Amino acid sequence: MSAAAQRGLEIRGLVKEYQPGKPVLRGLDLDVAAEGITAVIGPSGTGKSTLIRCINRLVEPTAGEIRLHGQALTGLRGRALRLARRRIGMVFQEYNLVERLSVMENVLCGRLGYTPLWRAWLRRYPPADIERAFDLLDAVGLSEHAPRRADALSGGQRQRVGIARALMQGPDLLLADEPTSSLDPKTAVEVLELLVRLTGAARVPVILNIHNVELARRFAQRIIGMAGGVIVFDGPPEALEPGHLRLIYGGEDWL
Amino acid sequence: MSATSIPDPAAPLRREWRRFTPAQRLSRWLVWLVVVAALAWAVRSIDIIPEFLADAPEQMADLLVRMWPPDLAHYYPAVHAALIETLHIATLGTILAFALAVPVALLAARNVCPLRPLNVLAQFILVASRSVNSLVWALIFVAIFGPGAAAGTFAIAFRSVGFVGKLLSEALEETAPGPAEALRAAGAPWGAVMLKGFWPQVQPAFWGVALFRWDINVRESAVLGLVGAGGIGVVLDDAINYFQWDRVATVLLAILAVVVVAEVVVTRIRARLI
Repeated sequence: MSAAAQRGLEIRGLVKEYQPGKPVLRGLDLDVAAEGITAVIGPSGTGKSTLIRCINRLVEPTAGEIRLHGQALTGLRGRALRLARRRIGMVFQEYNLVERLSVMENVLCGRLGYTPLWRAWLRRYPPADIERAFDLLDAVGLSEHAPRRADALSGGQRQRVGIARALMQGPDLLLADEPTSSLDPKTAVEVLELLVRLTGAARVPVILNIHNVELARRFAQRIIGMAGGVIVFDGPPEALEPGHLRLIYGGEDWL
Repeated sequence: MSATSIPDPAAPLRREWRRFTPAQRLSRWLVWLVVVAALAWAVRSIDIIPEFLADAPEQMADLLVRMWPPDLAHYYPAVHAALIETLHIATLGTILAFALAVPVALLAARNVCPLRPLNVLAQFILVASRSVNSLVWALIFVAIFGPGAAAGTFAIAFRSVGFVGKLLSEALEETAPGPAEALRAAGAPWGAVMLKGFWPQVQPAFWGVALFRWDINVRESAVLGLVGAGGIGVVLDDAINYFQWDRVATVLLAILAVVVVAEVVVTRIRARLI
């Protein structure tokens, strides 16, 4: 059992206060296995994004401990933090691509933690990385768009590039922060299907923040319901009932 | 008849909307008052000497007559060589200014350098550079390097640092935070975040500022010679001192031609770039 706990992500007593005395996360405990999709649902402002950003330390936790495969992420600084971040991919709601760079170079950006600076500067990326980037672009169906600038793509295409960039890192964990909220319903499903398929093939566990409860049910093996900075539901999609949704989102008129 | 004297019962319920609060209206009115007062004060403090004003048209006509026709034979080689030197001063000065301004701009941009004291220090350097006119910088560097193009180049560079640095730091602060955040999340080191996250976003501004400043520097370096810092200003100063007004006209025409050509070239390149 301890070997199982070593793999995957462990969060213990995570607290985040943006303003002292007003915690957004109130002592969160969570274990995520080394495989599968874990969807986090909950109303806006309940700390879903904060939770995900505490894991790769884009947001500094106030208290608590986070471990990835047994390594403590909290407390890492400088170079050690960078090396840890290389193992964690992230997909953003607003894609966060570098608009004026080509699709190919955006995917290669996922390897910047490994690429010497002079290579990135002269655009002499290692051939193995370019090969892998082409494979990933094949996988997300955008190979023929490789030389186009990222700002020439549609929203769905951009998010596919975002997924390819995150997988380019060869991550041990993928964080997806509302990856489909800026997309239309059809594209959202297509992008999520792609995300699930590629991370499944690469055996990368995913923590997926998502507003859409139906999509969460459809794609996740496990659903975490958050409300008021704590976890109020944790279980498989089948176990999520209207009562839980009332607990998570409050009220019932909308159900 | 007495309808007007009856208070409207709905009055307390009526909601009113105004663009500005009374305090804002008062302060806006005060700003206007200060502007008008400053203008009146400024006009009063300009000493206009009536005698000079009276014969100004005559003097101007006299000067134009002396300038005509321009002594075009004087252009080559004296004015030409000085003109080329002016272009060298402007170009080298601009390049040197960028070398000095980029590090300061990085320190001044709050999203690049999170240390407040360094931001303030960098902004102070930029303001200090701009607060000194290029003619004054030229006087300082003539004292250091002696008269000549070196002094002019440094004068141009030091005056430009403030301008270039301010615009670059503003361009840096206006970049979208998302791409840099994504690269940081992927474990990219600082240099890579700068190179791939920030640089592509500020690139158009960078080249735009470079061309614009070069354009300004061509014009500025034309007058630096007046204080002995090389370039076409030296020739202009000599011609004025010897009352060779036809030569002055040649120099002025040469400067005009260069500025027009620079303007056309810069506009063309900018259109391609952005």
